[in-house]
Amino acid sequence: MVSEAQAEAPSLPLAGKRRTTSQQVILLGSKVWSWLFLLALIAYFSWQGTGFFSLRNSQNILVAIVPIVLMGLGQTFVIIAGGIDLSVGWLMGLSSVISALVIREEYNAGVAPWLAIIQGLLAGVGVALAAGLINGVIVAKLRVPPFIVTLGVSFVARGIGFLLAKGNIIAGQPQLARDLGNEALLYYVRGEGGGWYFLKKPEVTGAQLRMMDRVFTWPVVIAAVVVIVAMFILHKTQFGRHTYAIGGNREAALRAGVPVDRHVILLYMMSAGTAGLAGVMHAWRFSGGAADAGDALLMMSIAAVVIGGVSLFGGQGRVIGTVIGALILAVLQTGLIMINVKTFYQYVVVGIIVILAVLMDQARDLIVGRAEAA
Amino acid sequence: MEPLLSVKNLTKRFGGLVAVNRVSLDVHPGEVVGLVGDNGAGKSTLIKMISGVYQPNEGEIYFDGKLVHIANPSQARDMGIETIYQDLALAGNLHMSANIFLGRERKKRYLGGIIRVLDEKFMLQESQKLLETLDVHIPSVTAKIEYLSGGQRQAVAIARALYWDARLMIMDEPTNNLGVSEQAKVLDLIRRLRDQGVPVIVISHTIRDIFAVSDRIVVLHRGRKVADKRTQDTSTEEIIQYIMGARDDYHRN
Repeated sequence: MVSEAQAEAPSLPLAGKRRTTSQQVILLGSKVWSWLFLLALIAYFSWQGTGFFSLRNSQNILVAIVPIVLMGLGQTFVIIAGGIDLSVGWLMGLSSVISALVIREEYNAGVAPWLAIIQGLLAGVGVALAAGLINGVIVAKLRVPPFIVTLGVSFVARGIGFLLAKGNIIAGQPQLARDLGNEALLYYVRGEGGGWYFLKKPEVTGAQLRMMDRVFTWPVVIAAVVVIVAMFILHKTQFGRHTYAIGGNREAALRAGVPVDRHVILLYMMSAGTAGLAGVMHAWRFSGGAADAGDALLMMSIAAVVIGGVSLFGGQGRVIGTVIGALILAVLQTGLIMINVKTFYQYVVVGIIVILAVLMDQARDLIVGRAEAA
Repeated sequence: MEPLLSVKNLTKRFGGLVAVNRVSLDVHPGEVVGLVGDNGAGKSTLIKMISGVYQPNEGEIYFDGKLVHIANPSQARDMGIETIYQDLALAGNLHMSANIFLGRERKKRYLGGIIRVLDEKFMLQESQKLLETLDVHIPSVTAKIEYLSGGQRQAVAIARALYWDARLMIMDEPTNNLGVSEQAKVLDLIRRLRDQGVPVIVISHTIRDIFAVSDRIVVLHRGRKVADKRTQDTSTEEIIQYIMGARDDYHRN
């Protein structure tokens, strides 16, 4: 018996799993479908809807996805590590209220607008980070399921936000804040005497003002920078590697010496921090803080993450996927309006796409046999 | 030759149950020790005391001739005692190289260390070299672990332990859930470890594998050591009698 087994051993390499062509097609499809789907949507709406394929509309879409992308980024990290953060929607609102309050009070007290805005930014993001710390500590140290912890923190943030705002919108923001939220890196003026303007708002008035497009508003620029930083962290650093490892096999990460608890706490702080930044920029853009600013955006951001290919079981996903997911949602939203489909249909469509995206994920898992590997 | 590991009169009690009862054991460089016994004989408890998971109630552990207290698994690993468990402790969603370097990633530093980027090239090259020295066939060092077979995963776990300078390897049921040719390959890997001077303690229910790979066989029965024999001096039948409790070399009247 023994010698038999030994005899045949050296000649045989350790056999791996072979995949058939159709399985490979599904695997490839699960990787590229969101890109193809986005391109198809853009092509369809450009063909059907007047004014869809335009500079102005492209900018409207980018402005619309800023909070979804920011919240989605933090969520991407948390979900890859096997968690979930339901608190970001109302944390975004709370941050917008707190930053608007700080800016208003400081500004009214005679502090320079730029200084007041920096103070507001620190306060808004700081509060979010503190909430993220609470989320993370309870999840990592006290082992409460993240779904419950973040849901609870979400309600707390909602309550405090409304209490601070007394049920109103916190207005009274300086012009500089409004400019930060709405002015842009580039401007384009159509028609005679128009053209591109870089970092300088053209002095146009009246009818010509309507011919001017703001290209890459500051929130879009800031979100783009955050996207690049997030890509770098997730895909190029030890922190990113450990994020995947925790989502793939928490026990393995622990045994390999990864500081799992500290890492998980940092992830929830990142998630809350990006939501806080979204809230601060919301207050800039709309010249006021609103406690319910992120209410509708939480589910949109989770939808973007899922459409982008992040597995809710953890361990899989990429930053660019979440950006594509957010773009798909925004293109659908504006495109359907432009071809005169009733607004409410968009939710039906989004819902179906989310479910299809998860089915794709499951199909991929079946093929690579993740259940077996775990 | 001096033993690398020497445990003396190790005892572990769980409440009224004596899981391991005054067991002594030496492991020398360059030998494979097969540890066998029925379920509940105390094999896992003994191993967990050596790998720092449990603390013994009585007895001493000497490593490299020095009395040591192993407070936790990472302390054991720092000393060079690597334990490969059945579940392998690999992250299936990461590739082989990422697993080998998990928790100890090599980084390139930029801007005076403010920005640190994973040095993928270095880690992939090292993994490739490691596979070649171990003569392990894996489609690619960038293949995710979940794409690999059980034997390949076992090989990756062994490779990782070796890379980080394991001085003593403990393997718990290394051939479980593997196909026949893969079992043989893993046993071959264990022999290669021994030939590189790394002693191995192998726990297995498969007596055939123990005979195929070990130099010495230690049998536990109800927490006590009942046999410690050179593999060439014993037989399957005899070892089974020890496992069943029909024979006992250390019986005290």
